Amino acid sequence: MSNNITLQQQILDQQVKLVATLELRSLQKTFDRTRVIHDASLTVEHGEFVVFVGPSGCGKSTLLRLIAGLDTLTGGSVLIDGQEVNAISAADRGCAMVFQSYALYPHMTVYANMAFGLENAKVPRADIDRKVNEAATMLRLDHLLQRRPTQLSGGQRQRVAIGRAIVRNPKIFLFDEPLSNLDAELRVSMRTELRDMHHRLGATMIYVTHDQVEAMTMADKIVVLREGRIEQIGTPEALYKRPCNMFVAGFIGSPRMNLIPASALASSVAMARVLPPNTEHVGVRPEHWSLCEPGQGVSITIRASEYLGAQRLIHAELPDHTRVELLINDDIELTPGSVNAIKAEALHIHAFDANGHRIEETVA
Amino acid sequence: MSVMTFLLRTRGTRRLHWTDVLCYLYLSLGVVVMFAPVLWLVMSSLKSEAALAQFPPTFLPYTQKSIIVPGNDKPLPLFSVTTDDGQHKVMAQVSRIGIMATLVDPAAPETRVKVNINQREPINELNFAWNNFKDLFDKFTFGTYLWNSVFITVVATALTLLFNSMAAFALSKYQFKGQKTVFLLIIATLMIPPTIILVPVFLVINQVGLLNSLWGVILPAVATPTGVFLLRQYMLTIPDELLEAARMDHASEWRIYWRIVLPLSAPALAVLAIFSVMWRWNDFLLPLIVLSKNESFTLQLALNSFQGELNTQWHYLLAMTVITLLPITLVFAFLQRHITTGIASAGVK
Amino acid sequence: MTLLAFLFNLLEPAFRLGQRLLGLKRLGWLFVAPNLLVIGVFCLVPIVINVLYATTGGVNLLPSQRTFTGLENFQILFECRDYSDISTCRKDVFWRAIFNTLQFSVIQVALMVFFALLTALVLNRKIIGRGFWRGVFFYPVLLSPVVVALIWKWLLQRNGVFNATLIAFDWQPIEWLTQARPAFFWTVFVSIWAHMGFYTLILLAGLQAIPRDLYEAAAMDRASPWRTLMRVTLPLLMPNLVVVLVLAAIRAIQIFDEVFVLTGGGPGSATTFIVQFIYQTGFAEQIHLYGLAAAASLALAAFLVLLTLAQLRLTRADEMGAKGR
Repeated sequence: MSNNITLQQQILDQQVKLVATLELRSLQKTFDRTRVIHDASLTVEHGEFVVFVGPSGCGKSTLLRLIAGLDTLTGGSVLIDGQEVNAISAADRGCAMVFQSYALYPHMTVYANMAFGLENAKVPRADIDRKVNEAATMLRLDHLLQRRPTQLSGGQRQRVAIGRAIVRNPKIFLFDEPLSNLDAELRVSMRTELRDMHHRLGATMIYVTHDQVEAMTMADKIVVLREGRIEQIGTPEALYKRPCNMFVAGFIGSPRMNLIPASALASSVAMARVLPPNTEHVGVRPEHWSLCEPGQGVSITIRASEYLGAQRLIHAELPDHTRVELLINDDIELTPGSVNAIKAEALHIHAFDANGHRIEETVA
Repeated sequence: MSVMTFLLRTRGTRRLHWTDVLCYLYLSLGVVVMFAPVLWLVMSSLKSEAALAQFPPTFLPYTQKSIIVPGNDKPLPLFSVTTDDGQHKVMAQVSRIGIMATLVDPAAPETRVKVNINQREPINELNFAWNNFKDLFDKFTFGTYLWNSVFITVVATALTLLFNSMAAFALSKYQFKGQKTVFLLIIATLMIPPTIILVPVFLVINQVGLLNSLWGVILPAVATPTGVFLLRQYMLTIPDELLEAARMDHASEWRIYWRIVLPLSAPALAVLAIFSVMWRWNDFLLPLIVLSKNESFTLQLALNSFQGELNTQWHYLLAMTVITLLPITLVFAFLQRHITTGIASAGVK
Repeated sequence: MTLLAFLFNLLEPAFRLGQRLLGLKRLGWLFVAPNLLVIGVFCLVPIVINVLYATTGGVNLLPSQRTFTGLENFQILFECRDYSDISTCRKDVFWRAIFNTLQFSVIQVALMVFFALLTALVLNRKIIGRGFWRGVFFYPVLLSPVVVALIWKWLLQRNGVFNATLIAFDWQPIEWLTQARPAFFWTVFVSIWAHMGFYTLILLAGLQAIPRDLYEAAAMDRASPWRTLMRVTLPLLMPNLVVVLVLAAIRAIQIFDEVFVLTGGGPGSATTFIVQFIYQTGFAEQIHLYGLAAAASLALAAFLVLLTLAQLRLTRADEMGAKGR
C-alpha cells in the first residue's frame, strides 16, 4: 500500500496547475490533400479524464497522435502546461501512450518493457527497479515480470502497456482505444480498473474510443468528433441532457434517441404545443416515453416487442408510419398491432432546426 | 513558409533530416556502383577494335574521321593541326615515322607538311560499331551457342514446371504412405549442392550416354527442391473442396491436376518459371564438365573459352557478353517487382 | 495452346490407367515419380557413388574398373609433414585451397552481410521510389557469374578504365588481377557486388515485418535512433540475420564460377578455392584423379552439413526462446 502512495504522491506533488495541462488551438491536419482535422480547439485541466469519442474515421486517433507528437500538425498549436510543443518531438513532450495494439517489445521481458523508457532517460538502476516494481504491484503484474509478452493473456498485456506508461510519470496519459481488443467481459472489468487508477493517480488522461458507453461511464469530459470536427464538448450529463445537434443526440445514449420529423407529431396537439417555432426535427429518448390516454399524446401502432428482462423495447409506428422505439417497464403487455398513445415531458423533448442544431426551449 | 523549408520539404511533409540526405547519397552511390560497370561494358562493346585500343578510353564510342584524298588508295585519318602561328587546320595524315608525321591539306593534296605528333589531335566522330555484333553471327558459330542456351533454358524450365508441379500436387493434395519421407528426401537434396557430387554426376551422365548432349545439362537440373517447396506451399492454399467437387463430376486425377490445380497455381508457377530461366541461362559448372565439344557450348561456356583464346579480340568478347546479359536485363526491367517480391516471400520461409 | 492440349491428351490415359491400378490413395506416387526419379538418379545415388570414388584409386571413370584403396585418397589429401607450413603438405594445393576458402568466406560474408544490412536499413526508411532503389541493388544478382566476371575483368584490364583513372591522376597503374593480394581483394569485391542484393532483399523483408507501432512506442519511450536500432530493430531482426549469415557462408564456401573466369585461380594458386580444386583434380588436369576429387568433395560436404545443422539448431533455438521459457 505504501508503494502506491509514493507514486501517487509523486504525481499529486506536481503543483496544482494554474494553467491548463493541455490546450489545443485551432488544430488542423491534412493527409495527402485531404483535410482530416478541421480547426480543433479544446482545453484539458489538470487531473481530468477526457474521452474523445466518435464513429470510425472521425479523426479521434489522429487528434491523439497530434497531441503525442507522433504526427506533425499542419496548422494550429498544441500547448502543454502553457508551453507550445509543436516543434518538440514525441519523446520530449512528457506524454505517455498506451497503443491500441499495446506495442509491447516482443523480445523483452515485462520488466524490460517497462524499464526501457527509464533506461533511455538514464535514470539510475535503483530508481528504475523501484518504479517498475511499484507499477507492477499496482497493476498486479509482480509475478509476471520475467515473462515475455507472447506468454501473457490479452488483459495482462494491456496492463503491461499501462504499466509502461505509469513508470514514466508523464504529464498526460494518452490511451488509444485500449479496450477494443479485449472480450466484452474483460472490457467491463478493465473499465472499472482504469477509472480506479485515475482516482488513485489523479493524473490527466485522454482516452480515445468509438464506444459511447465507455465514454459515458468513464469521462469527466467528453469530446464528440465527427469527420474531423469537434461537435460538442461537455460532461456526460450535459451531452445526454442537452445535445447541441442531431448528430450528438443520436450518438450519445443507448438505445439511440428517436429523431423524427416535427410533422410526424402534428397529430398530437398536446405535443406540438410544446415545440418552439422553426422546429424541423424532434428528439425523444426511448426511455423518456410514457404511455398515456389517447388524446393526451401521440398515437402509435405497436409493431414488435423485445423482452430485455427489466424492460421491454417496443418498436412502434406513428400515424404517418415514422418508426419510434420506446423503452417501457415490463408491467405492461403490448400486443403487436394494437394502438396506444405515448407522451413525453417537455423537459425530455429536444427540438432541432432545419440544420440539425438544437433550438433552446422556451418555457411553455 | 521559408524558402529552405519549401526546398527541403519531402512528400511526407516532414523536413529533410540530415540522415535523409545521407541515405539518398548512399543510394545514389549504390546506383553508380551497381550500374556503372554494366554501362561501361555496353559502351565498350559498341567501340571498334581500334577505338578499344585507345588509351585513355573515352566513354562514348569514337572513331577517327577519315577522308579519301586523291592520290592515296586508302582513306587517310583526319587531324586538327596546330600550326606555328597558333591556327588550327584540318589535315589528313599520309604517314608517320617516329615523332614526325606527314600531313596534307585535303583540298590541296600536293603540299606535304611535316609536323611533330604533339601538334596534332585526332578528329573524332561518334561511331557505333554494330559490326561487333553482326560479325558474331557470321564469323563465329554464335548462333549455335545462342540456340543451345535458349534450348536448354526453355526445355529445362518447361520440364521443371511440369515435374515440380506434379510432385507438389502429390505432396499437398494426397495422403499416401511414405509421403513424409519423400518430402524430407526432396528437401534434403537442398543440402546437396552440385559442387560435391561433380564426379558421380559426371559418371551417371556418361553412362546414360548424355555426355556432350544438351540433355545432359537439362535433366539433372530439372528436379529443383526449391521449386517443389514453393509450389507445395502455394497448392496447400487451394481448397480441397474444389478437388472433391471435381471428383464427384467424374474427373480423372490427371484432369484435376491439369485443369484445376495447375491454372490456380499460376502465380507460383510464374515465379518458379522466372527463377528457372535465370538459373538455367546462368548455369556454368555442370555444363563445363558435361559439354566439351565446341558446338554444344552454351553462351556461358563460349564466353569462358573465348576469353582464353580471344584475349586480344575484346570487341567481340564484349559484344558477346552484352548479348548474353540482354535477356535477363529485359526480364528484370519488366518483371522486377515480381522477382523481388517472390524472393522476399520465399526467403522469409 | 494446342501443344499443351496435345501433351495433356498424351498423358491422360497413362494416368487413368495408373488411377485404376493404384487406387486414389497411391496415385500420389505416380505424380511424384518423375521428380523423385530425377532426384534419385542425379542427386541421391551420386552421394553414395562419391564414397565409392573416394575409396578407390586409378584413373578409370567406371567404378568397376577402379581398385579399392581404402582411405588412401584421404591420406594423400590430408598428409602434411609439418601442419604449420603448407608447403610441406603432400597436396599443398589442397591446403592452399582450403585456407583461401576459409579466408575468403569469413571476409566476404562479414562484409557482404554488413553492407546488405546497411542497405536494408536505408531502404526501410520512408524514401521515395523504394521499388526502384531496391531493384538497383538486385540487378547484379540476376547476371550470370561469367558475365559478372567479364564485366569486372574488362574494368580491371591493364588498359582498362581503372588504370586509366589512376594515370589521369599521375599515379602508377596497378596489376589488379595478376598480383596475389589485389586479385584476392577483387574476388571478394566482385562476389559482394554480385550477391549483396539478394540478402538485402531478405533482410528488408525481415525489417518490414517489424510492426510500425513498436517504433512509435520506442519514440514515446524517448529512445534515440541508435538505441532504437540496437535494442529494438536488431534484436527483432536476429532470426533473419542468422539465416542470412549461414546462407551466405554456405554459398561463399562453394564459390567457383565468378572466380574461375575472373582470375582462373591465379596468380599461381592465390585465388584457388576448394571447388576449383575439385574441378581441377577431377576434370582439368592431364590425369583425371577422380578418387582424390571425390575425397575432397566429401570433406567439403561434411563441412557444409555441419553448417546447415548449425543453422537449424540456431533457428530452432531462437523460436523456442521467443515462445517458451
